[in-house]
Amino acid sequence: MAGAPAGDATIAQLESTAREIRRDIIRMVGRAGSGHPGGSLSVTDLVTALLFHEMRNDPAHPDDPARDRLVLSKGHAAPALYAALAHRGFLPHEELLSLRQLGSRLQGHVDRNKLPCIEASTGCLGQGIGMAVGMALGARLERQSHRVYAILGDGECQAGPTWEALMVGGHYRLANLVVLLDRNGYETDGATESILGIEPIVDKFAAFRYHTIDIDGHDFGQILAALAEARTTVDRPTAIVARTVKGKGVSFMENTHVWHGKAPNAAETERALAELADPPAS
Amino acid sequence: MTALGRIMATSVAGTVPKESLRDAYGETLVELGSADPRLVVLDADLAGSTRTQLFGKKFPERFFDLGVMEPTLMTVAAGLALAPRTVFASTFAVFAAGQAYNQVRQAICYNRANVKIVATHGGLLVGPDGGTHQMIEDIGLMRGLPRMNVIVPADAPSTRSAVRAAAEIDGPVYLRLTRENLPRVTDGSFRFGVANRLRDGHDLTIVAVGALVARGLETATELERVGISTRVLDLASVKPVDVPALVRAARETGALLVLEEHSVETGVGALVAATVAEGYPVPVRRVGVPDVFGESGEAWAVLDHFGLSRQRILDEAWELLAQRGKVH
Ligand SMILES: Cc1ncc(C[n+]2csc(CCOP(=O)(O)OP(=O)(O)O)c2C)c(N)n1
Repeated sequence: MAGAPAGDATIAQLESTAREIRRDIIRMVGRAGSGHPGGSLSVTDLVTALLFHEMRNDPAHPDDPARDRLVLSKGHAAPALYAALAHRGFLPHEELLSLRQLGSRLQGHVDRNKLPCIEASTGCLGQGIGMAVGMALGARLERQSHRVYAILGDGECQAGPTWEALMVGGHYRLANLVVLLDRNGYETDGATESILGIEPIVDKFAAFRYHTIDIDGHDFGQILAALAEARTTVDRPTAIVARTVKGKGVSFMENTHVWHGKAPNAAETERALAELADPPAS
Repeated sequence: MTALGRIMATSVAGTVPKESLRDAYGETLVELGSADPRLVVLDADLAGSTRTQLFGKKFPERFFDLGVMEPTLMTVAAGLALAPRTVFASTFAVFAAGQAYNQVRQAICYNRANVKIVATHGGLLVGPDGGTHQMIEDIGLMRGLPRMNVIVPADAPSTRSAVRAAAEIDGPVYLRLTRENLPRVTDGSFRFGVANRLRDGHDLTIVAVGALVARGLETATELERVGISTRVLDLASVKPVDVPALVRAARETGALLVLEEHSVETGVGALVAATVAEGYPVPVRRVGVPDVFGESGEAWAVLDHFGLSRQRILDEAWELLAQRGKVH
């Protein structure tokens, strides 16, 4: 039996959990001296909403066949997923600081052979989405009722395999598949729209036969509502285009590509942690 | 771990200045672009890391950062080459040789398109990014392609001349660069089909590529302390390979030790072993990555962990020498 969703978490609790996860991301990447803070901070609220509200999963039974699946197709955002999994009880919180060290289960890009609660090893963009489609197809073949969630980056939407996989999901009407796009507007070298524009992205998903929902990816009310709407969509997969801020929560990392693949030094780590300490003014 | 423990690797003075091969590449691209207005450069959202950005800033109208799309990076590069233009295309090795393998095969090699693929972040020294990004199969994949030339420079100066040599020949090139800065070990020359003899000797030959050339030279120095004379060949031109130099090394030194940051199954060790077996059979040992994927860790620690530590190399050399009756 998959555990009940942690669905009773209130929005205030989700916000507080997300803040803790963001603090962990900064500590982990800072300690490791390398990694991808920008895209980890932008995706944090989506991952938090999934693991602490939407998904049926149980840390005591990480291999329960009935569990919902989450595939982080943008595998470089590993710190966000590791931190969220630790807060949810899938791994010891102390282990987070071993990120990227020799012998650690926390590889630079998520690795299912090292860490059993990871559904698919990713890191090469454009592949996770295909594996998620395969998992959704598999669930249908096995007449299982669990759902599959895949998180894409917007730079990743430039990659051909992403669209091949999405086409398969649309063609087979995989209603058990939910694709979440972390639309943070930046990739490694700069702004996505200046490097190779992916707009109109909502129309693209719709044209690929997805029920498409356009939301603010840092507003838990909107995230939860979109995920609920996806559940009631029974004839098609759903694509949630979540408008996010790269580097969200750390002023000097926000809305730039500079912190895509760069770790903060000790002083920057302290500054970032200080900014993440206070609850945002309401 | 010392298999035989006959000599222990001493720690090497860490004062040798190291230089970036990627900077050498980017700077040479700018020089080439100034001299040849027809040169075009492509990247796939890693221009800062590969250093093609240096060219992009200088010649924005001849630079295309296509975004995350390595297969199409290669087909567009092939089309531009058929236009015809001289084209350099860069991304990380795992994406250039892995993600885009069949585009490199058909669009570039089969077409005989004049594309120079400069792949950075080759090998284990990508370190913390982990096994997904540590490309240790690319030399095998690329040297197996008809018409492809393969270069693995050992330092920044030879990277400069290798990039120039690649631009000069008419045909596809795969040039693999190491992410980590490396000490200067060559005189800066590179020639296709010529093995760089960095040190002469008669008891043993060490053949190495890339970052391992420096370790080969260090090993030769260690062996010299106990009276063993070691030849060191930098096999930067992996393809075409210098068959005469390898056969001569076999005949004159009687044993070869091959060092590479690559899978031993398909890499330079396999190439050297086959060449020697056909030309002048003597014992050959391949020191590289066994048939496994890498994992995250500090770059040089990962190299040691996967069997390329100084001590392991010394032990392998010692066993080869023992096999030849040169040490007991
Ligand atoms: C196939 C592939 N090509 C290149 C890379 C290197 N890379 C890692 S992240 C990244 C940019 C991704 O941008 P985006 O999907 O927008 O990620 P985010 O901004 O959400 O972090 C690139 C090019 C990769 N991991 N996989």
